[in-house]
Amino acid sequence: MTIERLRAALGEENATIAAMLPGDTERVEIHAGLDELLEVLGTLRRVGFERLEMLTAVDRGETFEVLYRIESRSLSIAATVRVDVPREEPRVASVFGLWPAADWQEREVYDLFGIRFAGHPDLRRILLPEDWMGFPLRKDYVDERIVRRPDYI
Amino acid sequence: MPLQVEERRDVIGADGRLVEELVVNVGPSHPSTHGVGRVIVHLDGEVVTKVEPVIGYLHRGIEKMAENRTYLQVVPLTDRLDYVGSMYANWAYCRTLERLADIAVPERAEYIRVIVCELQRIASHMMGLGASAADTGAFTMFVYCFDLRERIIEFFETLCGSRLTYNYVRPGGVSFDLPEGWLEDVSAFLETVDAKLVEMDQLFFGNVIARGRMKGIGVLSAEDAVAWGITGPSARASGVNWDLRKHDPYSVYPLFDFDVVVGDNGDSYDRGRTKIFECHESAKIIRQAIAKIPGGKFKTPLPRLIAPPAGDAYDHIESARGTLGVYLVSDGSVRPYRMHVRSPAFCNLAILPRLVPGHTLSDLIVVLGSLDPVFGEVDR
Amino acid sequence: MSSVAPFGWGMVAGLGAGLIIALAALIGVWWERKVSARVQLRLGPQQAGPYGLLQTLADTLKLVLKEDITPARADRRMFRMAPFLAFVPVATSMIVLPVVKGWAPLQIASGALFFLAVPGIAAAGILLAGWSSRNTYATIGGIRGAAQMVSYELPRTLSVLALCILGGTLNVVTLQESWRWWWVLATALGFLVYFIASIAELNRGPFDLPEAESELVAGFFADYSGIRWAVFMMVEYGGMVAASAFAAIAFFGGGFGIPGVAGTFLLIVITCVLATVMIWAKWTFPRMRPDQLMSFAWKVLTPMALVQLAIVGVIAAWL
Repeated sequence: MTIERLRAALGEENATIAAMLPGDTERVEIHAGLDELLEVLGTLRRVGFERLEMLTAVDRGETFEVLYRIESRSLSIAATVRVDVPREEPRVASVFGLWPAADWQEREVYDLFGIRFAGHPDLRRILLPEDWMGFPLRKDYVDERIVRRPDYI
Repeated sequence: MPLQVEERRDVIGADGRLVEELVVNVGPSHPSTHGVGRVIVHLDGEVVTKVEPVIGYLHRGIEKMAENRTYLQVVPLTDRLDYVGSMYANWAYCRTLERLADIAVPERAEYIRVIVCELQRIASHMMGLGASAADTGAFTMFVYCFDLRERIIEFFETLCGSRLTYNYVRPGGVSFDLPEGWLEDVSAFLETVDAKLVEMDQLFFGNVIARGRMKGIGVLSAEDAVAWGITGPSARASGVNWDLRKHDPYSVYPLFDFDVVVGDNGDSYDRGRTKIFECHESAKIIRQAIAKIPGGKFKTPLPRLIAPPAGDAYDHIESARGTLGVYLVSDGSVRPYRMHVRSPAFCNLAILPRLVPGHTLSDLIVVLGSLDPVFGEVDR
Repeated sequence: MSSVAPFGWGMVAGLGAGLIIALAALIGVWWERKVSARVQLRLGPQQAGPYGLLQTLADTLKLVLKEDITPARADRRMFRMAPFLAFVPVATSMIVLPVVKGWAPLQIASGALFFLAVPGIAAAGILLAGWSSRNTYATIGGIRGAAQMVSYELPRTLSVLALCILGGTLNVVTLQESWRWWWVLATALGFLVYFIASIAELNRGPFDLPEAESELVAGFFADYSGIRWAVFMMVEYGGMVAASAFAAIAFFGGGFGIPGVAGTFLLIVITCVLATVMIWAKWTFPRMRPDQLMSFAWKVLTPMALVQLAIVGVIAAWL
């Protein structure tokens, strides 16, 4: 029933249900387009997703996939919102205004992937030193200090 | 952030007047920062005006390293995340992997995991409480807490040979079965735990000086806690009634009867006291688990190289610090494509700049201690 | 009426005081380590000598052999002088204490005043130590220490003043000789105030914020190592013994007014008991925040001392 409500609230967005899990919380997968992301997340925030649990990114080759895992205690539902960000121009809207929990997590994604979050109040490196060059979690990150794994492992 | 901080500068204060601000650097090598954390503090006299945590001193690139190891080889890496609570760090990763690769876990293994994780929770809270007591100057409380922690670590040593990084919870179960007599020893230990916790509560939290140091310091409201993603005892002390073991239960927790410890005021005093009461609840859970534990296999036999189907999975558990989640992406090979750790200490530390301004430098130490960061987990 | 010992005796007395302070520090440190260990379910020094008695000697030897480091930024002369500026007043104040009933190395008409006022100079030593280190933490520690010592002088002095009113004299020797058993009851409040204020004066126990190890990393003596650090420790432990001894003499009649060796023995026993209570207090309580510390001095201890003065004033008028 809540899934229908969500679908109705989000409009054209593709909201599909992942496997129903043992446990009290339903899980929902939502794919959003880059331009509609802030709107989708804003709607979800209004509908009752009051907590942002995880914000991270995956390097998928041609795009980065940015994931938001948000939870609604009142609705007992957890949603994973995914958005694909083009590699050549990795910019996405910041959700700091919706969930302040995004503050450090967006800084971490910027630090390790180089994805810029537009609207973040203080986007700078958090884990690596300020003067670090490069974004280590990208798959094409090259650093001669990285130890090569031997083939037999 | 330049490495040198200016010592003294003139700034316009919040009320428009010119103040001479002192910028002090606390850490990264400091007895009170619970590891390698650095906090740049702007002081107006003794009052803190701005706090800026600088982290990353323990960043080892565990997430990147995980991409270069097989799924089983990642388990010891997770030990080093929250090194004060290796058991549940292992468990979070194993749960996610089991979800990803659809691995079944025998019931006995689940019971063992619960027992071991709750013991770890007590040990972790003892570390957090002891360290924050030592920060305020109550060294005796520190020693008492570590006495309790030492007993638990001795149990773990008997169990898996290691005192700090256990590598015990594995995908599909646990690595060794319980030794003979271990459960009896733990039961005997648990009989003394409640009395010791009460004594510690009276020694430290009943003390008028400790109350003066901690009550009303670093108050976190429930709305802020939810909005900023604060989880664990720090959030529950602010009145947020959310414990994954009860509200999004996993493993065999639904079979146990225990309470969620929720505080009222959200100040440092409540955050500390919540930890003591959570230890009581953990002892309760362990007793019930010991009574009900079945026989059977302690592990599902698995090949050394696990190749889950392509896809991704996220699972989370309630660790001593909050919601510890692991996100795994698989591309069908024997190595993870991406591993991300949703670290509760990292998310909880983000609230520090909001809690401290208006208090004094001594209060910064108290608040930092009450948030209980472990920098292995903060920095990964 | 005063008697000052002739020149030769003065030097002996001075050396004696210095030696007693050093001995007090030696034994005090050992005793503290043993007491705190037992409180914390540990054993304390074991190896050096029987029951670890020689441990402090071993530590002092190590400290003496250490390199004498003066930080590059510090003001060298002040930095080197500061520990002794803190130590000498505390050591000197001990010479007015009557170790045997009726005799003190220095018997002056204002003995009590001398004992209370002279250690106040140590506040300057602490401030100077913090200031000359030219290091943020040390400066904060030094300022806190000075503010604390100045604040706690008042209740301390007032409580001893109550006693002097009862005795009608500031001369410590005469005070001890005119001690009556019921003074213990009449000045109980004053004793409490004096005891707590002394702990604060020494930067010990719940009032050790200036040297807060976990916050300021040893505060005003952060940059001191080796023998200079040991001198600060001697100030603390020597001061602890001096304060306990004075309390034993003034409030408990230095062995309950018993003359001779028995009296001195009792004096030592009571001093040890009081020093043990100070150690016990340090290891039980967390430390107070600076503003709480100040408000405690001004809003709690000083009124209590004034109440004690009022009580004693009534009694003295009635007598």
